[in-house]
Amino acid sequence: MTKKTIKVGVLGLQGAFQKHIEIINSLGAEAIDIRYKDQIEGCHGLIIPGGESTTMSKLIDEMNLRESLEKFPGMIFGTCAGAILLSEDGADPRVTPLRRTPVKVMRNAYGRQIESFVENISLSFNDKPFKAVFIRAPKFNNIDSSAEILGHLNGTNVLIRSGNNLLATFHPELTDDPRIHQYFLNCLQ
Amino acid sequence: MNKGSFEVKVGLAEMLKGGVIMDVTTHEQAKIAEDAGAVAVMALERIPADIRAAGGIARMSNPKVIKAIQDTVSIPVMAKCRIGHFAEAQVLEALGVDFIDESEVLTPADEENHIWKHDFKVPFVCGCRDLGEALRRIGEGAALIRTKGEAGSGNIVEAVRHMRRVQSEIRKLTTLQDDELMAEAKRLGAPFELVRQVAKTGKLPVPNFAAGGVATPADASLMMQLGAETVFVGSGIFKSEDPAARARAIVLATTYYNNPEKVAEVSAGLGDAMPGLDLAEIPEEERLAKRGW
Repeated sequence: MTKKTIKVGVLGLQGAFQKHIEIINSLGAEAIDIRYKDQIEGCHGLIIPGGESTTMSKLIDEMNLRESLEKFPGMIFGTCAGAILLSEDGADPRVTPLRRTPVKVMRNAYGRQIESFVENISLSFNDKPFKAVFIRAPKFNNIDSSAEILGHLNGTNVLIRSGNNLLATFHPELTDDPRIHQYFLNCLQ
Repeated sequence: MNKGSFEVKVGLAEMLKGGVIMDVTTHEQAKIAEDAGAVAVMALERIPADIRAAGGIARMSNPKVIKAIQDTVSIPVMAKCRIGHFAEAQVLEALGVDFIDESEVLTPADEENHIWKHDFKVPFVCGCRDLGEALRRIGEGAALIRTKGEAGSGNIVEAVRHMRRVQSEIRKLTTLQDDELMAEAKRLGAPFELVRQVAKTGKLPVPNFAAGGVATPADASLMMQLGAETVFVGSGIFKSEDPAARARAIVLATTYYNNPEKVAEVSAGLGDAMPGLDLAEIPEEERLAKRGW
């Protein structure tokens, strides 16, 4: 890495946060597990992991984290449930999103667990396909024209960047390929 | 498109980490569980404490109960089938449940064989009392392991015993030399390749959750500190005085298991926990943990 160590806070309320921490650490940045408001300040970027968006949405309010996450000035990377939370509208009253990204996200858009799948997707910033794991995955709807499409699966957008937010509908933390996490770290330089 | 692979099955188990999975018998209870922050619900006709009290043969739930719960909540819905009863598992898969628990809480259908879980697209969770049992189930295709504990007892002692045994047997494996692993695999009665993998990585190849006897927020904290990655709560919530408050408290105590002040705060004013049973009051032949091998 460069002179300063990049510090990434991974929201550890629930879900696959440990996998994100391992990948970020393996790339030479420092990952910390965030469960309290006062840990957020001082992070260069944040990750909201996959898990259950209803559970995380509830814990964010229980622990009074909402405002700090909404107003966090650095980039936030959300995977699956994390992407739902970063969106403007999760199309479900059980989840209160952080409204950081002008996109609607449909929860469980591919169906139940037996419809979960692994498939290669195409990335805009790298020529090699990326093996992506989709677990009860959501789909983007009404993506704002200002958003940058970074990844698609046969034409369906699955990885987007909009302002200071990076949203994936799949789980780059479940495979050993660090390219998307590296892209995120490059944005924080 | 690769659906139903082992990777996709373990993927869902990864998403359930750091959470609470609650037993529910009606869609009203499922709603209470989801509102309290459960990461999944286990759809049952009767909770384990009632199964224990009723006696007789306990079977897979009526599909009508499962469907009503699936129609109510957006979180994953799990359901139980009897040990070895692959036809019940086929029915549950056809219903689209998200996870099947091949469970000792129901009356076993096969005293020799468990289900060959690799044949299914839906992931399975299975109970264990020790590392050998955990690795036998993983060998058959389980994507998630939980302690058996003693379901419906409200008594955490068996879950603690099982979790401690699994963890200590894993630690022991990591200290052995290559030429000692075959003898240890024989002693554990576990598939050799899985024994080698655990010896190398120091952890199970799938997530490891706690179940059986969790009744309080402190019980959840205890199991998480002993190495559980998520907590199943069966009778502990809907057999207590105030299920909604207790469900919320156990969810918070699971996330903040390392913070005793937080566990104290959420434990205050919850009303009575489920009554619970001393293990000595449960005759050997009625212990659920002894079912399966």
